[in-house]
Amino acid sequence: MSTMDTAAPGVHEEHHGPASGIGRWLFTTNHKDIGTLYLWFSLLMFLIGGVMALLIRSELFQPGLQLVEPGFFNQLTTMHGLIMVFGAVMPAFVGLANWMVPLMIGAPDMALPRMNNWSFWILPFAFAILVSTLFMDGGAPNFGWTFYAPLSTTYAPPSVTYFIFAIHIMGASSIMGAINIIATILNLRAPGMTMMKLPLFVWTWLITAFLLIAVMPVLAGVVTMMLMDIHFGTSFFNAAGGGDPVLFQHVFWFFGHPEVYIMILPAFGIVSQILPTFSRKKLFGYASMVYATASIAILSFLVWAHHMFTVGLPLVGELFFMFATMLIAVPTGVKVFNWVATMYRGSLTFETPMLFAIAFVVLFTIGGFSGLMLAIAPVDFQYHDTYFVVAHFHYVLVPGAIFSIMAGVYYWLPKWTGHALNEGMGKLHFWCSFIGVNITFFPMHFLGLAGMPRRIPDYALQFADFNMVATVGAFIFGFSQLLFVWNVIHCIRSRETVSAQVWEGAHGLEWEVPSPAPYHTHTTPPRVE
Amino acid sequence: MGTIRTIIFGLSLTLLSLSAHAEWALNLSPGVTEVSRSVYDLHMTIFWICVAIGVVVFGVMFWSIFHHRKSRGAEAHHFHEHTLVEVAWTIVPLGILIAMAVPATATLVKMYDPSEADLDVQITGYQWKWRYTYLDQDLDFFSNLTTPQEQIGNEQAKGEHYLLEVDRHLVLPTDTKIRLLLTANDVIHSWWVPALAVKKDAVPGFINEAWTRIDEPGIYRGQCAELCGKDHGFMPIVVEAVPPEQFQQWLAEVKAEKQAEVAAAEKSWTLDELMTQGEQVYLRACAACHQPTGTGIPPAFPALKGSPVALGDVGTHIDIVLNGSPATAMQAFRDQLSATELAAVITYERNAWGNSTGEAVSPSQIAGILAGNADTAGEGAQ
Repeated sequence: MSTMDTAAPGVHEEHHGPASGIGRWLFTTNHKDIGTLYLWFSLLMFLIGGVMALLIRSELFQPGLQLVEPGFFNQLTTMHGLIMVFGAVMPAFVGLANWMVPLMIGAPDMALPRMNNWSFWILPFAFAILVSTLFMDGGAPNFGWTFYAPLSTTYAPPSVTYFIFAIHIMGASSIMGAINIIATILNLRAPGMTMMKLPLFVWTWLITAFLLIAVMPVLAGVVTMMLMDIHFGTSFFNAAGGGDPVLFQHVFWFFGHPEVYIMILPAFGIVSQILPTFSRKKLFGYASMVYATASIAILSFLVWAHHMFTVGLPLVGELFFMFATMLIAVPTGVKVFNWVATMYRGSLTFETPMLFAIAFVVLFTIGGFSGLMLAIAPVDFQYHDTYFVVAHFHYVLVPGAIFSIMAGVYYWLPKWTGHALNEGMGKLHFWCSFIGVNITFFPMHFLGLAGMPRRIPDYALQFADFNMVATVGAFIFGFSQLLFVWNVIHCIRSRETVSAQVWEGAHGLEWEVPSPAPYHTHTTPPRVE
Repeated sequence: MGTIRTIIFGLSLTLLSLSAHAEWALNLSPGVTEVSRSVYDLHMTIFWICVAIGVVVFGVMFWSIFHHRKSRGAEAHHFHEHTLVEVAWTIVPLGILIAMAVPATATLVKMYDPSEADLDVQITGYQWKWRYTYLDQDLDFFSNLTTPQEQIGNEQAKGEHYLLEVDRHLVLPTDTKIRLLLTANDVIHSWWVPALAVKKDAVPGFINEAWTRIDEPGIYRGQCAELCGKDHGFMPIVVEAVPPEQFQQWLAEVKAEKQAEVAAAEKSWTLDELMTQGEQVYLRACAACHQPTGTGIPPAFPALKGSPVALGDVGTHIDIVLNGSPATAMQAFRDQLSATELAAVITYERNAWGNSTGEAVSPSQIAGILAGNADTAGEGAQ
């Protein structure tokens, strides 16, 4: 818990070191403490969501119903999705931003430290409410993480109201976090740190924060409309009252599509930090990376209906959303090419963060290819709502977003703790995860193409073999995450110290402060040449 | 280069040996319509384009991983931008995308062909069954899963078409343009038959349109593709395509059966006869929610055993079964079941699991209510 205590000489002086006891964590306004809180919280959620995933995979190990009732199965898929998206991936990125953005731009802290505390501390309440719905009469939300009306309104269990409240709190937390990041990056850069000198992680987070501010209110709007339909007699999504169930999907995906980029742009940033370090070479095409990120963000507002190709859009609508979606392949391709060019003719070493970053590039690209296939509307009719889609988004989220988070943690953990990683165990974790993730999700492409719909607790016999394989993979992947927990704890408790630069090829302000990073850094702004 | 060749060779060998096992279905099926075949071709074209791009990108990457590693003494070259290359890898992918968009647009336009159809079928999604209405044919029926609960619960060996079998197939003529009009009764469902390459959402309150023209007679199976509640995984679709003459013959047979059903309602039934038939109907139409034991899954699906509805006023009971209960999952069964089946199942509910009212509801009583076309049985529960 008190990894930074030793670094600060005057522990009892309010402005020089952390407070002691639980109060340090409850009342902290320190970006490093809050980053740590976010990261531990996200790890906890990742493990809870992971247990749900393993329950789902266990039920799907064989055809027939073995472990859970169909109704509870739907609660599991819903909660797994919500917890992983809002509880694991997003808070992990916010945690990394809290730790690293001020260190990278030479700021003493986040611009709005008290709000920073608040935006973290409402999250545990939101998730306590969400998870408590599992124990309520009628069960937890069971309508999928996309909560399409009217299944989530007229036909929803009573706990839907708690779900709506939880989403509101999560949204408020994200918006406050995003405002803080924007304010920090725009106002607290060290002298000489011009925008086009910002590390890519900072750039991608700046753009992500704008996306969050733009779409979290849309999410709040759509759940409020649900609340109105359920309790106050409106009919936004009820055709019998003049509403339209498809309106729900338009509003949801106007939030939802930028949301998927919220979960991947910071990952691009992390990988763009790690690849140059271990290639001992500057990032290739820095400016085009920034422009590509911005293009992806802008396009993300114009493609939402590609999630809705089968709802009965008119031909012109289908064509527009198909073309716009295909266009996203261009800036995404630029990014992948730049990463490969960064590695090309470098001097590569393969420490744990680098392994995760390389796996990210390969496996995210595979997810990108299936994404391109899904963009083609006429063939999407065959892929839509099948395991092909499940394979696609898990490829971009697990070996995509999650691998990038792990890469980032392994990359920066020595800076945070001042201790070296156990490379052997890190590599073991990597290889188990890499093999597990592919055994889990690659066969799902085949399942989807063969015709298996998603979100079903039981399936026809021709899907049995690949489901069994996927379940075996899921257990390999799931249990290898215990190695990650071990690695993090081991690094915190290790006695082996590291230099300020930590990694031979690392450059940037964050590598100029001592390791472990003192409780207060950059109290006098550094000069960037 | 030798290592890479070995790896590629090994990988392709693995892929080949996988595809040799037919039961490990790996790919879309080309299907049995012109549209489904062009969808399949499009799918394969784009797949191979992706494979080609992947080979190039990953090829360069693995080249670097093998040859530009520090342990081999590689020195970093300090280049970090190149305008021409960067412009090229923006423009070239754009060209590839346009090349993909052309056939994709053509296929999509074909799918949206608005020309007149020879047969119109309305498809309505219900929790958790499909209803097929042949417009202009006075033919309308529901299609329910027939896989027994014992197979789902692993007490019995699973049949060949486990979870993909129904009591009544959607029979369609081949070589005929068929328009499908899709809607839903409760939540959103999605009607999907892979062999026809038709997947369209059934949205309550709205009507969506799709069409198909089946080339080959056969049985084609599909499933609901949109999460629609508890038994989303248990509402399959079975399309039976038959030559047009056989289709006409089938139409005549089904209509004759319907006449017989109406006649059956007029004969008088004993309590035992109603109970026997009622149990069958109950297990097929009611047990998914109210459970075979009548205990339900409260609060969403209330118990019938000892319930005030099943033990109380028979008029209210009939009304709820016929017309459903608003804002709950209880559907209106007046169109789903025949008068005889309705009478039998209501009788069964009032006399099974220790509910012993001893009352029998006669098919003719129900037929009268249905003919009156009003919910005369209830006290205006609507």
